[in-house]
Amino acid sequence: MSAAVEVRDVSKVFNAGRPNAVQALVDMDLTIEPGEFVSLIGPSGCGKSTALRLIANLLEPTSGQVLMNGKPARKARLDQDYGMAFQQAGLFDWRTVAKNVELPLELKGWDKAKRRTRALEMLDLVKLGDFADHFPWQLSGGMQQRVAIGRALAAHPPLLLMDEPFGALDEMTREHMQAELLRICGETSTTVVFVTHSIPEAVYLSTRVIVMSPRPGRITDVIDVDLGPRRGLETREAVAFFKKITEVREALRGIETSDIA
Amino acid sequence: MFGLALLLVAVLWELYKWVGPEDGGTVFGLAILPRTSDYAMPHVWDMLARYAQPERRGFPTPIISTVASGAWFSLRLALAGFAMGTLVGLGLAIVMARFKVIERGLLPYLVVSQTVPLIALAPLVVSWGGKLHLGAFEWPRWLSAAVLGAFLAFFPVAVGTLKGLTSAPPAALELMDSYAASWRQTLFKLRFPAAVPYLVPALRLGATASVVGVVVAEISTGLAGGIGRLIIEYAREATADPAKVYTAVFGAAALGLLMAGMVATADLMLMRNRPREIVE
Repeated sequence: MSAAVEVRDVSKVFNAGRPNAVQALVDMDLTIEPGEFVSLIGPSGCGKSTALRLIANLLEPTSGQVLMNGKPARKARLDQDYGMAFQQAGLFDWRTVAKNVELPLELKGWDKAKRRTRALEMLDLVKLGDFADHFPWQLSGGMQQRVAIGRALAAHPPLLLMDEPFGALDEMTREHMQAELLRICGETSTTVVFVTHSIPEAVYLSTRVIVMSPRPGRITDVIDVDLGPRRGLETREAVAFFKKITEVREALRGIETSDIA
Repeated sequence: MFGLALLLVAVLWELYKWVGPEDGGTVFGLAILPRTSDYAMPHVWDMLARYAQPERRGFPTPIISTVASGAWFSLRLALAGFAMGTLVGLGLAIVMARFKVIERGLLPYLVVSQTVPLIALAPLVVSWGGKLHLGAFEWPRWLSAAVLGAFLAFFPVAVGTLKGLTSAPPAALELMDSYAASWRQTLFKLRFPAAVPYLVPALRLGATASVVGVVVAEISTGLAGGIGRLIIEYAREATADPAKVYTAVFGAAALGLLMAGMVATADLMLMRNRPREIVE
């Protein structure tokens, strides 16, 4: 079985050849196996969002290659082999919650009844079954983000790409959403690539934390996190959890402080 | 609220008529105060009473029915013009949203088009229309007026729709990209719905502009039957029958309100499930 994601020697330069050229990412190599939960963490400008967009094929690499399940990233995007969630839930105001979840299925040309059934299934999964016919602006931020996760997983993609999806939520909601995300990904056996600013979030969620640094964006450390199944507070208050947090923090410290503006 | 504002205007009118100088006045040598004689400013009640009297002595029906049928005639022209203008405006906006190059090339000309005086354009449209023969199709005279209404209506629709179509947030566009959605899918599933809050004010401007276009076109092309023609006819009799012209002027104003009201109703229907927010 081929890797869920393979990033081979990928570099990205914005505005290549112009005076304002920016080296966003240099020689990134990363292989993600199915079932892994990988976080990309680092200060602003370290290229973590760029890396995610390269994997999603929303950007084309300047050099190197991205494969998803052995397929070129472009083909994977056209086949909708991944789902994506952003910091802003990005739900469409004019669609009901269920219709928002149906959007990717609609674009794939599913028929109406099948779409509706799947949307309701997904809403049950994210525990919003009672809100199918509400409108997004009637929901709290955390609920909106859950709808967005339901939408991202609606077509049952094997891979979920998330760009700071909980960045706009308060701490309590955030921890709750992290637990929910692990449950959902466990139930659906989805591989996740997750971009975040938060060290505890990265450690709590991930099987592997990729530490990145800016100017130019690159991977500086890879930290395996083996905390066993996560058990809420029990895990969050365990010594092993704090140890990992310290390890990631020190890896981030290793980045010259002058780089972190 | 609207009724109250109307009443206030009437009160101000009468108040100025009462205190203002009969033969107009000068301030620092400039003749800026309007005359308040009954010829220049008829009483509000005289205007209202005028509606009940016939257009000319001996006519069987009161002038209100003449004004109403003129307004009805012009309304149909304005609706036709508004429809054409909206179609053209939407089409232009879509093309400009799709191709940045076309937006850069075309938009300045659209702006320039609105600076051409309608009165200069009207005879041209009539003569072009008169030369146009498409098989059995003969260019009817009323179509020139409708086209001139469309000429004023398309611009706000095009500009407003363009702004609306490009208002979709980058994250939403990225989301559609991640679904490998085609440009058409993105247009209908994202850009158009996102444009609705911008579309409504644009359509309201377009609706009233089409009324202005049609009224001016009736006057400058000499098209009979509409409210524009009534205004110019009655204005000639202003010295003998000063209240008469106002009956037609108010008819034209009501027409504009009616058109704007139709758009407002459409707005309520389109926006009923949206959060109410202010679009800048």
